Amino acid sequence: MSTLSISGLNVFFSTEDGPLHALKDVAFEVPERKIVGIVGESGCGKSTLINAILGLLADNGEVRSGQILFEGSHELTQLSKVEMQNLRGPRISTVFQDPMGALNPVLSVGQQMVNIQYRDDASKAQKAARAVEMLQLVRIPDAESALGRYPHQFSGGMKQRIAIAMALMMEPALLIADEPTTALDATLEVTTIELLKDLQKKIGCSVMFISHHLGVIAELCDDVVVMYAGEVVERGTVRDVFHAPGHPYTRRLLECDPARQTERTRILPTIPGEIPDLRARPQGCVFAARCLQQHLGCDQPQVEQNLGHDHAARCNLADEVSNQEVSA
Amino acid sequence: MSEAASNAPVPQSSEWMRSLKRLLREPLGVFGLALVLLVIFGAVFADFLTQWDPTRINPRVRFEGPSGEHLLGTDQLGRDLLARVLHGGRIALYVALVSTAISLAVGIVLGLIAGYGPRWLDNLMILVFDAMKSFPTVMLALALVTITGPSLTAVILVVILVNVPGYARIVRTQTIAIKTSEFVTAAQSAGASTARILRVHIMPNVIGPLVILASMDIPVVIAIEAGMSFLGLGVRPPTPSWGSILNDGFAQIRETPWIAIAGGIPIIVTTLGFTFLGETLRDVFDPRLKGR
Amino acid sequence: MTDAPILSVDDVQVAFPVGGLMKRSAILGVAGVSFSVRPGETFALVGESGSGKTTLARAINGLQAISRGTITFDGDRIDNLNKAQMKAVRKRMSMMFQDPVGSLSPRMTVGDLVTEPFRIHGAEGRDLRAEAARLLTLVGLPADFATRYPHQLSGGQARRVGVARAIALDPALIIADEPTAGLDVSVQGEVLNLLNDLRERLGLAMVIITHNLHVVHHVADRTAVMYLGRFVEIGETEEMFANPHHPYTAALLSANPEPDPDKVHDRITLPAEVPSLLARPEGCEFHTRCPWGKEKCRVEAPPPGDVACHFPLEPGADPPITEPAL
Repeated sequence: MSTLSISGLNVFFSTEDGPLHALKDVAFEVPERKIVGIVGESGCGKSTLINAILGLLADNGEVRSGQILFEGSHELTQLSKVEMQNLRGPRISTVFQDPMGALNPVLSVGQQMVNIQYRDDASKAQKAARAVEMLQLVRIPDAESALGRYPHQFSGGMKQRIAIAMALMMEPALLIADEPTTALDATLEVTTIELLKDLQKKIGCSVMFISHHLGVIAELCDDVVVMYAGEVVERGTVRDVFHAPGHPYTRRLLECDPARQTERTRILPTIPGEIPDLRARPQGCVFAARCLQQHLGCDQPQVEQNLGHDHAARCNLADEVSNQEVSA
Repeated sequence: MSEAASNAPVPQSSEWMRSLKRLLREPLGVFGLALVLLVIFGAVFADFLTQWDPTRINPRVRFEGPSGEHLLGTDQLGRDLLARVLHGGRIALYVALVSTAISLAVGIVLGLIAGYGPRWLDNLMILVFDAMKSFPTVMLALALVTITGPSLTAVILVVILVNVPGYARIVRTQTIAIKTSEFVTAAQSAGASTARILRVHIMPNVIGPLVILASMDIPVVIAIEAGMSFLGLGVRPPTPSWGSILNDGFAQIRETPWIAIAGGIPIIVTTLGFTFLGETLRDVFDPRLKGR
Repeated sequence: MTDAPILSVDDVQVAFPVGGLMKRSAILGVAGVSFSVRPGETFALVGESGSGKTTLARAINGLQAISRGTITFDGDRIDNLNKAQMKAVRKRMSMMFQDPVGSLSPRMTVGDLVTEPFRIHGAEGRDLRAEAARLLTLVGLPADFATRYPHQLSGGQARRVGVARAIALDPALIIADEPTAGLDVSVQGEVLNLLNDLRERLGLAMVIITHNLHVVHHVADRTAVMYLGRFVEIGETEEMFANPHHPYTAALLSANPEPDPDKVHDRITLPAEVPSLLARPEGCEFHTRCPWGKEKCRVEAPPPGDVACHFPLEPGADPPITEPAL
């Protein structure tokens, strides 16, 4: 059973210039005890996806069709506000790019960590002990005294680790991490990733990790879902997708990563062009306008091609593409 | 969702047209706009809408009720009430426009100076603004009129003194927020003078929300004009003003209620119209200001 | 390339006053750095947030007063100029700011934005519309973008507008603060390629500030790595990437996650957090986080030089002595 199973998800926003098809036929799984990376650039629909899962779409947004099945039993698109609220936090928790979104500046870290255990019957001392334990897990030095301090007294890296500790405190089944390391410096980013990996093993939860940083995904995740213009263009294990990308977009994205270029070059690879207007989606492939591998079928709707066990790409040429070497 | 929208190609239709369209979709906004247009129409075409002179006294037709001759009746001096109401609208709109425009200009300049200037000047100006704000309007009006005597200018001065501290504070706060933003630093780094930074980079960003807030203050201005004229501190007879009509009718409200009604209805219509319109404009142009 | 540097920074220090009325002291945002940039050269300043790289850039651009040292631009000292004198310097030295969209004035059109430098420095006899079209074409944007507003641009387009603005007056030096911040990977390369291309065509010198060492690799001729307001290592970029000598440079280089799940990382993890500028460590300021730290590092500051380290790393150095704990 998968912790999260999304199928045929279509999300629309009503705008002044007509309906905007933000997510189109999105389908993927977050298996139990796995870390699934969602990769994509701005405009790919990552935030819409998170909001759809959490039931927090803006007023003009609407899930038109599809299913978001949580732990096999909860259909998230059908839940009432109250039912959803009861899931958010204890069962599905979140970490965002800016840790201050999760931390209340006027309450001490200890108060906040005790407060989020309000559903527990444990005594206050037990809750505080649990908070200390959690802070030690995220390697906050001198955890006991840290309880009495306020968020602004910690550095950016520590704040993010505290936010992670709070998110995992109730041992959720699913952690949604939205670019949690983007604002951190390189050396802190790696330590945070390693920490997240450790914690996920200890707690045994699933993680949906959203990032535009391919290197971070490669290092942290088991599976990866590549999104482009609101569609899942490729999904599979990190190894399959990064070693034998089946979609031209994935391939180009990998080539663009500056870390991949070990040889010094004066001209860096890019993907010229823009994502299409989501109010007037092209009939055929969404990536066709920017793709170098055009052929006759690109103006037709693309069918997801199976490239092996749990590896699929939404490109009619997927077989061909995945056999090419990744350059650079 | 904004991430998806922001990357999409931008249609070239102007922002103003879009906002106007959105305004016309709000029933309350359309209602407000209709009321405001009605008042403006009446004031502009007052001379065509009635053949009566608003100041012509005719003792033979004193206190006459509404009739075919005098659609709204006449007052204690036999003057035609419709003519007085329509011409009173001119005074009300004139005061509203002139005093709001001057308040805005003065408020913007003072606010920019306070927000961008040295810290001590800011502190001093804030002190003065707060002192001015804490003065009750009626006291201010009485004090001013004892100096200048009752007149239209006195009304306009009172409105300016009431409005400016608030506008200046808004501009100051916005200026302080904007002056450290990257585009201002970028202008400084390009060598732009302080005057240019204020005029080109800061002012256009504070003026929009301020104009909308000012349009919501117009009902208050109209009420101040009517109130001062009612108390005899504003427009001097025989010039018609809604406030003075109200005062004329007030004495005989039991016997000849139409006079007070003729003075009161336009005040209600205008303030409601501007309030509805202003609030809708605010929501349409700048949803962030909601609830202010 | 001539030998006379276009920009020389000599022992520059920037102090910020801290504390209240009673106990006033100062922290050093930039604690004495020296470097020079030759015409046509790209120099990179690399460091993590709070390392002082942006403060240094602002000091060079005259947006921040310095408390010690000298800055020489094109042969003249510029650190002690008044506003009017600085204006003349700014004509020849432009700066690009971090936020691609936020550094563009929101109520101005793209055309007005790219021609603003002409308006500031006198546009006599220039056809500003033609100039706007020329500049936009130069940075690879269609000329009809001149009527757009910043919020109608994508990050990459906004960045190009920023570049167009920076090159408007044919400057001798461009200072670019995080030119690729907030951009997608697919666009990041475009901007760097553009800067490279312009540098070659216009013969500009460039100072690029970034926290991403890998961006620097492809564009910078020389690189300086900053830590707590000082340079810990400065040298030729390629040489530094091949053989980092300072442990901090080595750690930064190794901290880069690569999009290869099978890559074996022999990563140098830095223990603890960056010390506060209010309490600079004794001895070598990096010793609190240095995996190779020895007793000497605790007590004695490293001698001045291109590598600020008592025990510079050599190619194929021994692994860290202590297993670092976070």
